[in-house]
Amino acid sequence: MDLPRLPQTAREGVRASLPLLVGVVPFGLVAGVAAVDAGLSPVAAVGMSVVVFAGAAQLAVIDLLRTDTPLVVVILTGVVVNLRMLMYSASLAPYFQQYRARWKALLAYFLTDQAYAVAVARYSEASVDTDTGADEQVDADAGVDRGETAGRDPSVDRRADGDCRGADGDGPGVTAEGAATDTATDPDGVDEGRDRFYLGVAVSIWAVWVCATAVGVGLGRGLPDTWGLDFAVPLVFLALLVPRLEDRSTTAAGVAAGAVALAATGLPYHLGLPVAAVVGVGVGLAAEGVRTS
Amino acid sequence: VIDPLPPATTSYGPAAVWGVIVAVGVATFCIRLSFIYLFGRIDRVPPAVTRALRYVPAAVLAALVVPAVVSVEPSLTGTLTADRFLAGAAAAAVAWRTENVTATIVVGLVALWVLRFAVPV
Repeated sequence: MDLPRLPQTAREGVRASLPLLVGVVPFGLVAGVAAVDAGLSPVAAVGMSVVVFAGAAQLAVIDLLRTDTPLVVVILTGVVVNLRMLMYSASLAPYFQQYRARWKALLAYFLTDQAYAVAVARYSEASVDTDTGADEQVDADAGVDRGETAGRDPSVDRRADGDCRGADGDGPGVTAEGAATDTATDPDGVDEGRDRFYLGVAVSIWAVWVCATAVGVGLGRGLPDTWGLDFAVPLVFLALLVPRLEDRSTTAAGVAAGAVALAATGLPYHLGLPVAAVVGVGVGLAAEGVRTS
Repeated sequence: VIDPLPPATTSYGPAAVWGVIVAVGVATFCIRLSFIYLFGRIDRVPPAVTRALRYVPAAVLAALVVPAVVSVEPSLTGTLTADRFLAGAAAAAVAWRTENVTATIVVGLVALWVLRFAVPV
């Protein structure tokens, strides 16, 4: 792929995202189809992909809206499905410590399972080589100061700006931030372009996700209901669930939650889902406790 | 056997739908930003939280999948031969063997169509 206007590290990120995009496309299509199928407007369907930008949570929310679940349960479910990203945030935090708050916010918005996996693989490889990064976590305050200083120093600004303008082509006003957070001034020098690599991966995923949703919206309006395309939603969940059943305690958690959810389908206010999730987590922890003690 | 179909479309209006989108979006953004923003003040997820979070995907996803795939029928045979259950079982086998989202969707949907349109019941 020829992306001449992107800096090297961003291009590497885009390239690293390519194999993942194969999985993003059908998932996004399903999100679009399911949303219009559930009665959401096309704008809300695509808007959800932009605002929430998290596949499993979106499908859960769409499914619950379709069945007129109370809004509190809908929102809680969407949020709980995304709690796993706390782990990603914590794991990436030391690598992003030198950036300014607004740039961190932008990086965080694009955080997904896939972007996390690719980025952390690259960063940890680099920090094994040079023995920096995670070990210097204590230096957080210094790191922040460094970022701020770089942002105010005009000479640094200019140099960095010329170097990374292309990476920020997706939005006006982003370029200045990019310059401010360029890590060229980092004395370690090793984490230069971390943000660019990450954004190369993450923005590619974002663009494909939003486009696939839009195409799915078009498809969903054209296909007849008898095809049972809404069944694609549980199929996606199934495909995400199976790899998560990695050992005895996670399997126990899944089996317990599934059984409770099925038994509780009659509960008022669709409380079956949150109750099942809590029971599942509890059973998983208990199973782990039994095994380790 | 005909499944008791859930309502096909939501009866919530645009305001409620957008309210949900914004609420989940903002909360998700806060989750994403949490430790990236707080780094230096809180560096690590408490171990107890880490342990519990490990089970969240399995529990939540199973709670979403099972009721969508299994419909409890009056007879065990009815339950086990419902088209969604059989299609779901085929898809689960594919998910287990390949861990591939696309393959799982394709096999599950094709199995559902075959059972629905090609098999006379």
